[in-house]
Amino acid sequence: MARTPRTTTRRTFLVRSSSAAAALALGATSMPAQATPESLAAAIKDVVGGASLRTGKVTLDLPPLAENGNTVPMTVTVDSPMTEVDHVKAIHVFNEKNPQPYVMTATLSPRNGRAQVAVRIKLNDSQKIIAIAETNTGEFWTASADVIVTLAACLEDPT
Amino acid sequence: MGNALINVPGTVKRGEAFEIKALISHPMETGFRAGTNGTLIPRNIIQRFTCTYNGVEVFNLVLSPAIAANPFIAFFTVATESGKLVLRWTGDDGFSAEETAPITVTS
Repeated sequence: MARTPRTTTRRTFLVRSSSAAAALALGATSMPAQATPESLAAAIKDVVGGASLRTGKVTLDLPPLAENGNTVPMTVTVDSPMTEVDHVKAIHVFNEKNPQPYVMTATLSPRNGRAQVAVRIKLNDSQKIIAIAETNTGEFWTASADVIVTLAACLEDPT
Repeated sequence: MGNALINVPGTVKRGEAFEIKALISHPMETGFRAGTNGTLIPRNIIQRFTCTYNGVEVFNLVLSPAIAANPFIAFFTVATESGKLVLRWTGDDGFSAEETAPITVTS
């Protein structure tokens, strides 16, 4: 899969417009199925606290369509010089519909040189993934991506 | 314990960020799935992954059941001195694995 370039691509546009639409809908009516569950909001609040969460700087690279939810490649990249005065302290990832909202936390420092982490994750359902980057100055930047999952994780028994 | 594959460039220029890729065989059982007899399979995951570079911790990852089986982790670090990288995985049921990789830094 090609890396998302800096300019607005069709995908980033779609992601942004869909999250904007979701925000609008949330404001207008209470959303039953697609609303962010309370546990997710609580998990995010645990990390962010009272600080404001801003969209940008974070690139969350996920396939828009995952055939197998048992292993979905994910790359989180944060636009940061990674110097002593300005670096990303941690990258947190959350999901919407797995049994637990928490996915991972990576602790970074200027020693990393580049704020990029790649892992493979499990997805139980088509859902939104949220990445939050915490900088040393106490700022929180976020990005989200929607993934459609055809075969959900957690269903098959290996034995 | 554990069967790990790691990928680190042999030589790197000083000050350059290089990528470290690590893969380890592990079931990452979530604890949410039922086995054939209907009872839940107990959770068995890797909880933490760390990388030290000449004894200094440069990367730390806290994992969860949402990480896929046989966790693949890729990250960057800046080349400072020649030496060794130690990658360590720890998890449920006393799981512990360690791999080392030499790194040569050229100026």
